[in-house]
Amino acid sequence: MRIQESSNTVRALLKRELAGYFTSPVAYVFIVIFLMLIGFFTFYISRLFEAGQADLRGFFEWHPWVFLFLIPAAAMRLWADERRLGTMELVLTLPVTTAEAILAKFFAAWIFLGICLALTFPTVATVSYLGDPDMGAVVCGYVGSFLMAGAFLSIGSMTSSMTRSQVISFILSVVICLFFILAGYPPVTEAVSGWAPSWLVGFISRLGFLSHFASIKRGVLDLRDIVYFLSVMIFMLSANGVILENRRTA
Amino acid sequence: MIQVSQLTKRFDIRTAVDNVSFAVEKGEILGFMGPNGAGKSTTMRMITGYLPPSSGTAVIGGRDIAQDGLSARKMIGYLPENAPVYREMTVQGFLGFIAEVRGFAGSRRRKAVSDAIEKCFLTEVGNQSIGTLSKGFKQRVCFAQCILHDPPYLILDEPTDGLDPNQKHEVRQMIRNMSAEKAVILSTHILDEVDAVCTRVIIIDDGKLVADDTPDGLRKRSKTHGAVSMLVSEALPEGLAEEIGRLADVSEYQVSDDPAGFRLRAFPRQPGLPIAPQILSLASNRGARIQSVFVEQGRLDEVFRAITTSDAGDSSTRSV
Repeated sequence: MRIQESSNTVRALLKRELAGYFTSPVAYVFIVIFLMLIGFFTFYISRLFEAGQADLRGFFEWHPWVFLFLIPAAAMRLWADERRLGTMELVLTLPVTTAEAILAKFFAAWIFLGICLALTFPTVATVSYLGDPDMGAVVCGYVGSFLMAGAFLSIGSMTSSMTRSQVISFILSVVICLFFILAGYPPVTEAVSGWAPSWLVGFISRLGFLSHFASIKRGVLDLRDIVYFLSVMIFMLSANGVILENRRTA
Repeated sequence: MIQVSQLTKRFDIRTAVDNVSFAVEKGEILGFMGPNGAGKSTTMRMITGYLPPSSGTAVIGGRDIAQDGLSARKMIGYLPENAPVYREMTVQGFLGFIAEVRGFAGSRRRKAVSDAIEKCFLTEVGNQSIGTLSKGFKQRVCFAQCILHDPPYLILDEPTDGLDPNQKHEVRQMIRNMSAEKAVILSTHILDEVDAVCTRVIIIDDGKLVADDTPDGLRKRSKTHGAVSMLVSEALPEGLAEEIGRLADVSEYQVSDDPAGFRLRAFPRQPGLPIAPQILSLASNRGARIQSVFVEQGRLDEVFRAITTSDAGDSSTRSV
C-alpha cells in the first residue's frame, strides 16, 4: 500500500520533471551540444575512421570528459532553481517525502541523459555498417557510460541542493567531478601521499572514475565497477537528502 | 483541529519563533498578524512541516507534523508566501500534477482539477502557461492548488498580497465560502482583511504571541473604544468642554474646528466606559446645538501598534 503510493508519487514528480526539460529550450540545446562534442572528439580527435578498427573505444573514451562539463550543467537547476523560485516549499509540503522528491528528480535527469546517450546511435550504426564490431562490447560500453553519467549526476544533484545559485552549484560540481576523474592519477595521489595515511591514499586512488570506466569501455562489465558507480550515487543522494533536511530555511 | 503547542524555532543565535501555542477549530478563520519579520511565515512553515521546529509540536487533525508528517500534510492545503508555481506549466497541467501527487487518478483527478479551476475563476486561462499570467491569476492558481483536495485545514500565507482591491475581494469571498467546514489560518498585515474575514486574531511580535482574541475583543482594548465624538454647530457654549473634561469617567477631551462648527471628542477613563449619556445631558443642558453624536468603536490599527511597539527596546534586534 505504502510502496504503491510512494511509486505513484515518484512517477507523478518524475513525469513533471522530465516534461519540464522538453518544454524549455534547455533539453534541445543540451542534446545538440552533447552530440556535437561527442562527434567532434570521436571523429576529429580519436579519428575513428582512420583507426581502421571496428570498435567504439575512441567514442567511449571521451564520455567522462564531455560529462565533466555537461552533466553539472544539466544537474545545476535540479534543486537550486526550485529553492530560488520557492517551488521547493510547495513540493516538500505536499504529501511527499524528501527521498521521493530526490529520487524523482534524479531519475528524471538520468532518463534524460539516457535519451542523449541513445541519440548517439548513428555512430554505432556507422561502425556496424563499415565493419563487424563486437556488439556485446558496445552494449557494455553504453551501460558503463550510463552508470557513470548517473554518478556524475548524483554529484550535481547534491551540489545543487547546497545553494540557490546555479552558477555555484555548477562550479562545485565540476570540481568534485574533476576530483573523481583525476583521483587515480599519480599527480593527485602524490599530492596526498605526503601527509595522508597510506590507507587513505589507497582509498583515494581507487575512487577514480577512469579506472572503473576503463575496463567497461574495453567491454568487461565487472560487478565491482557496477557496485562502485551505484555506491557513489547512493552516497551522493543520501548527502543530498541530509543537506535538504538541514537547509530548509528561508 | 490544529493544535500548536510551545512551537519554537531558533536560527543560530536568533529566536524567530518563541514558545507559541494556539489552537484552531473547524469553522474558524484565524488571522495571524504581526509586523514584518515577526515570525509569521516561520510559524506557518513549521505547521506545514517545511521547517522542523527546534522544540514544540504542531498536531493537525490528530497527526503530529513531525512524527507523522505524511498523513498530516495530506489534510493540509498550503499557500506559501509569494504563491510559488511552475511557470512553464499550463494551469491545467500544473493542477493535474498536484492532483496526481495527492493521489488522484483518472476521472477523480479530472474532476478535482476542473472543480478547483471553477472555484477559483480560472476557466478562461486553463490552457495558458502560468508564466504568462498576471500576478492575480498566479495567486489564484496557487490558491486552487491548495484547495484542490478539499482539505479540512487551510494554511494561507498572505493570500491577498499584491492583489488589486477587486481581486482581494474575490479571494476573501472564496475563503469565507469555504470556511464553514474548514479550519483556516491566514497571515496578513492588512487590518481590513482581519475585519472582513477573520473570526479570531492572534498577534505575534518578535516571535512571541502577544494577543489572542476576536477582532471585536481586540478593538475593545483600543483607548478610543467608547470615545464620544460630537459635532456642534455654530459656537460651543462657554466652558462646556472643560466641564466635560471634569467628569469622573472622562480622561481627556479634544476640541477641533470643523467646517460645520466644532468637533468635541471625549475619551473614557477606561476603554468602553459609557460616558455618552452624561456628556449628552450636559451638552443639552447648556443648549449646545448638537448636529451629530457617535460612539467610537476603537481601531484595530491603534491596538496593533500599541501591542507590537510597546517593547521598543528590543525590537531593534529583530532586523538582524
